[in-house]
Amino acid sequence: MSGSFTASAARNVFYGGSLFFLLVFLTLTYRNETDIAKRDRREMLANPQVALGKKLWETNNCIGCHTLLGEGAYFAPELGNVVVRLGSKEAVKAFIKGRPAEGIAGRRSMPQFNFPDKDLDAIADFLEYVSKIDAAKWPPNVQG
Amino acid sequence: MQYKSQAVAKPYFIAALALFVAQILFGLIMGLQYVIGDFLFPHIPFNVARMVHTNALIVWLLMGFMGAAYYLVPEESETELHSPKLAIALFWIFLVAAGLTVLGYLLVPYATLAKLTGNDLLPTMGREFLEQPLVTKVGIVVVALGFLYNITLTVLKGRKTSINAVLLTGLWGLAVMFLFSFYNPDNLVKDKYYWWWVVHLWVEGVWELILGAILAFVLIKITGVDREVIDKWLYVIITLALVTGIIGTGHHYYWIGTPEYWQWWGSIFSALEPIPFFAMTLFAFNMVNRRRREHPNKAATLWALGTGVMAFLGAGVWGFLHTLAPVNYYTHGTQITAAHGHMAFYGAYVMVVLTIISYAMPLIHGRAANSNKSQVAEMWGFWLMTVSMVFITLFLTAAGILQVWLQRVSENPMPFMVAQEQIALFYWLREITGVVFLIGLTVYLWSFFVKEKGPAAAN
Repeated sequence: MSGSFTASAARNVFYGGSLFFLLVFLTLTYRNETDIAKRDRREMLANPQVALGKKLWETNNCIGCHTLLGEGAYFAPELGNVVVRLGSKEAVKAFIKGRPAEGIAGRRSMPQFNFPDKDLDAIADFLEYVSKIDAAKWPPNVQG
Repeated sequence: MQYKSQAVAKPYFIAALALFVAQILFGLIMGLQYVIGDFLFPHIPFNVARMVHTNALIVWLLMGFMGAAYYLVPEESETELHSPKLAIALFWIFLVAAGLTVLGYLLVPYATLAKLTGNDLLPTMGREFLEQPLVTKVGIVVVALGFLYNITLTVLKGRKTSINAVLLTGLWGLAVMFLFSFYNPDNLVKDKYYWWWVVHLWVEGVWELILGAILAFVLIKITGVDREVIDKWLYVIITLALVTGIIGTGHHYYWIGTPEYWQWWGSIFSALEPIPFFAMTLFAFNMVNRRRREHPNKAATLWALGTGVMAFLGAGVWGFLHTLAPVNYYTHGTQITAAHGHMAFYGAYVMVVLTIISYAMPLIHGRAANSNKSQVAEMWGFWLMTVSMVFITLFLTAAGILQVWLQRVSENPMPFMVAQEQIALFYWLREITGVVFLIGLTVYLWSFFVKEKGPAAAN
């Protein structure tokens, strides 16, 4: 590095450059807030079941094994499109309900959560909502 | 050690290493569950092991950063720490909170833990890496504020240096970005958008400032290179880090319901993210080559050089591998992500914390460096852990490529679990390599207890 470029010049470039790109990012975030309205299916949140389902999703740490829109753990299948993959909300509920409490010998096993029916309904409604979010044509196919 | 209060770093470093051991043990449990699916089921299901694995990592790195700050800030400021008592009190609060949180994960079903700890008041739990109960999150904020108060006052009363300024900026950024963990809207797209403000803007943002400052401090000490030169490098590196990393957040906004223009912003800026890491590699090697003294602590020098190389490989190269939107379309949420995560965390943050520990611990014990025998053991630990992490990453990358092909690209895409069975071989190889990592960690820890007869390296 040349003699005229001093540490204090480098420091000024750091503060100036970072601040500039932070402002660009904040501007993009501001635009993003408006633009997602067309794709995040917020109208489906009018059904309180969806928010309840999201809470159940969180308080049972589903993300600790599964991915949701590709984010989470990679131990178990993607669930952003699970309603589509299994064909219906009923099938999703039946799957969750049918997990054996002691697991399946030698295989990756999902816990039996003993959800009451109303909780199962909420989880299925939440997963249906996620499947409707416009995720830019991701995943590539129904297998997730 | 020039200032008495620098010794408060010691308990932080010891606790960090203890949590490191816990992280690795739970990593091995998870690795085994990948191939023997019902291992420890239903007592420790995969999601619980994963929470312990990732949360222990985050907490021990934070412990390491805090220890690093307590050690280097007084020396840089040329003054004693504002309050060593506060630092020790916060240490115990943090350790007990972390311990109770882990016990909560292991002993109580997660839903019960959520209920017991007031998640209903403000639901924040159950999101990746932010699984901590509300009380723990509040505890983290309290500890962070107390820590920042202590460090900031120390910096303000003493000598002003670039390293302190950069470290402090990074640490304040860390605390501020964590506040987004309390924002959890019902709208999943918004939830995910701001979740990344904690996760991405930590590891590909403000943590890089902390990393740069710690590395710069150690390099000044072990090489004796002029501060003006080191400062200039430090500022150039962190400028590149933030200029690319802030908008680079966009590489997480491809497929979560956010608009398609993020594919351009994210691809272009995050494609540049390897540059600061490459600069870091050059920085470390240049400074060591231009050294004006032969520091007796060869192990610390090795860790510093290793950080430069492995951070570039893990964060830079393996990040670039899947960051372009058309590639990420196929690799998103596969073992490719896991491969990158492992080497990036190890190469950048684990290694920089081990660098400062390697440099500072002998000095805290009143010697410039450990005995030759101890350093040889430490370097064995370095090589065993580093090489096994390279292989863990390679095996996960192989698993990821196969997974992408079988499940997403081939003419008849396989269901997730069918594809997983096809790649079990690579999970076995990863697990075996994980055992080698544990052996390396054991050797590393053993090096702290290696004594050699005769005088230790004199200061």
